[in-house]
Amino acid sequence: MSIAREEVAHLAMLSRLALGEEELDRLAGQLDQIISAVARVQEVAADGIPPTSHAVPLVNVFRDDVVVPCLGAEKALAQAPAVEQQRFRVPRILAED
Amino acid sequence: MSSELTRMTAAGLAAVIAAGEASAAEVTEAHLARIGAVDAQVHAFLQVAADSARAAARAVDERRAAGETLGPLAGVPLALKDVFTTEDMPTTCGSRILDGWQPPYDATVTRRLRAAGVVILGKANMDEFAMGSSTENSAFGPSHNPWDLDRVPGGSSGGSAAAVAGFEAPLGVGTDTGGSIRQPAAVCGIVGVKPTYGGSSRYGLVAFASSLDTPGPLARTVLDAALLHEAISGHDPCDSTSVDAPVPPVVAAARQADVSGLRIGVVPELGGEGYQPGVMTRFGEAIELLESLGAKIVEVSCPHFSYALPAYYLIAPSEASSNLARFDAMRYGLRVGDDGTRSAEEVMALTRAQGFGAEVKRRIMLGTYALSSGYYDAYYGKAQQVRTLIIRDFETAFEQVDVLISPTTPTTAFRIGERADDPLAMYLADLCTIPSDLAGNAALSLPCGLAPEDGLPVGLQIMAPVLADDRLYRVGGAVEAVLTERRGHPLLDEAKGLDEAKGIGHD
Repeated sequence: MSIAREEVAHLAMLSRLALGEEELDRLAGQLDQIISAVARVQEVAADGIPPTSHAVPLVNVFRDDVVVPCLGAEKALAQAPAVEQQRFRVPRILAED
Repeated sequence: MSSELTRMTAAGLAAVIAAGEASAAEVTEAHLARIGAVDAQVHAFLQVAADSARAAARAVDERRAAGETLGPLAGVPLALKDVFTTEDMPTTCGSRILDGWQPPYDATVTRRLRAAGVVILGKANMDEFAMGSSTENSAFGPSHNPWDLDRVPGGSSGGSAAAVAGFEAPLGVGTDTGGSIRQPAAVCGIVGVKPTYGGSSRYGLVAFASSLDTPGPLARTVLDAALLHEAISGHDPCDSTSVDAPVPPVVAAARQADVSGLRIGVVPELGGEGYQPGVMTRFGEAIELLESLGAKIVEVSCPHFSYALPAYYLIAPSEASSNLARFDAMRYGLRVGDDGTRSAEEVMALTRAQGFGAEVKRRIMLGTYALSSGYYDAYYGKAQQVRTLIIRDFETAFEQVDVLISPTTPTTAFRIGERADDPLAMYLADLCTIPSDLAGNAALSLPCGLAPEDGLPVGLQIMAPVLADDRLYRVGGAVEAVLTERRGHPLLDEAKGLDEAKGIGHD
C-alpha cells in the first residue's frame, strides 16, 4: 500500500490544512510509512468479528430533564476572535464565484 | 522547613496541615519557591498560577481555623495537565491554536480538585493535544527529565510527571489515551495510574480520542496516587460515558499492600526482543519479588497484543481528526488571514496550518485517510475488530489470573531529539500501555529500579480488569514497600539530574 502525493494534497484539503509544498512532500513520505505499518491490522481481523467502538459500552444514558444555568452570551463570546453586535463575526462563507 | 515540605508525600503534607504543624500557605510557598529555583531547567509548567494557588491555600487554612475537618488532600499542591479547563488560568493543550485561551468553565476534574482543597499550582506542559510520548510536541518547548535534563520526561503528560519527579509538586494529574500517564511515570521514576475508562470524568478535558481519553493521578507513592485517584473519580452526569458505579476501594487497597494468594500473569508478548536489557532485568526481579511475597506467577499469552499498536494508530487519529475539527477559527482560539478578502474556509485552513504542529497535522491527516470512503473498512473497521480481539485476550487472561504485569515501556528515557524525526520510533514508547487503553481496563506503573546500563528508572506495569482498579494498588503497594525497604530510601532520592545541573536538586 502506498499513498500518492496528490492523494496527500487531497487529504490536506479534506482536513482543512493549508499546507505548503514542502510540508506535503514530507508528510507524503511519513504517512506512507505509517499507513504501511498500521495495515497489519488486516492480518488478523477476519470477517465475523464484531467491531468495538467503545471500551466500556453504555446505552441510553439519560439524565433528569432539569434546567441548569448555561453560558451567557458575554461569557460565550469572551474568547471569540472577532465579535460584532453580540455575535461571532466570521469571514464570508460563500466564495465569490 | 521549606525544603523539607517539598520532599514530603501528599499524605504526609495533608497530615502536617491537618495537625497545624505547617499551614497550607507555607506548603504552597515552599513549592512555589522550588518551582522558582528549578523550573527554568525542568520546564514542567506552562503557567504558574501563584496568586490563585496562594488564595486556595489560604482558604484551606481558614477552613481549618474555623474548626472544619479537612479532607485527605486539603492544602496539598498539584500540577494540572494543561488539557483540563480552568476558569482562572489559560488552557492551551500545548498548542499555538489555543495560546492564551481562557476557558469559560472548570473541568469536572478541576472542580473536584478544588472541592477537595487541593492547591493547583499551575498548568503542566504536554505534547500538543496529548499527541506524543516526550513533550517534544509541545508548541512551547519540551520539558526535561529530572533524572537527566538531556532526556525526555515521557509524554504526553510529561510536564505533570517532571513536576512530581522534580519535587515541584507532590501530585500531578494527567490523561492517558495510549499510555500518556504510565509512560512518563515510568521514565521519571514515579507512580502513574490510568483508571478504568469512564471512572474519571472527561467533562472539560479537551478531547483527543474520546473513546480512550482517561484522566488519572501521578504521584511519588502508591498511596498518594490512590488518594488522588479517589478525589478525582466517580460518576459525572456531564460525561455521557462516565460509569455510574462506586469508585473502587483504591485507598484501602494501597494500605493493604498484600499480594499473598494473588494470581499474577506475565504477558510474554510484552517483553524480550526490542526491549532494553536493563528493563528486562528489573522486570525479571519484580516477578521474583512478587513470587517471594506469596503471589502465584503464571505466563498468560495475549496473542493479539502485538496488533494493539497498529490498531491504536488508526483509532486514535480517526477520533482526533473528528474532535479537532472544532478548531475552526470561528468561536475561540487563533484566527489567521481574516483580511476581508478570504472566505471562512480559507481562513480556517490557514489558521489550522499555522496553529497546529507537525504531529497533530500528521494524525489529523492519518485519521482523515482511515475514515475516508474506500479506506474505512480496510483501516478503521479492521482496527475496531482488532480492538474486540484485544478485549477478548484480556477476558481470557483474567479468567486465569487476577492481574497481568509487564514492563511499562520498552526502554528508559530517551534523549531529547533522538526520535523527533521518526514518528514510528516515537510510537513504540507506547507498545505495552496501549492494550489497556483499547480495552478500557485499569493499569498502573510504578518504579521497579534503575537500568544498570544507564542508571535511569524502569517502570513495572500492572493491569487489572475493568473496575478492579483497587487490585493495582494492592500489588503496587506491596512492591513499593519491599523495594523502598531494600534501598533504605525512595528510588527518587537517587535522581541527580538537577544536582548536576545547578547543585539545587537536594536541600
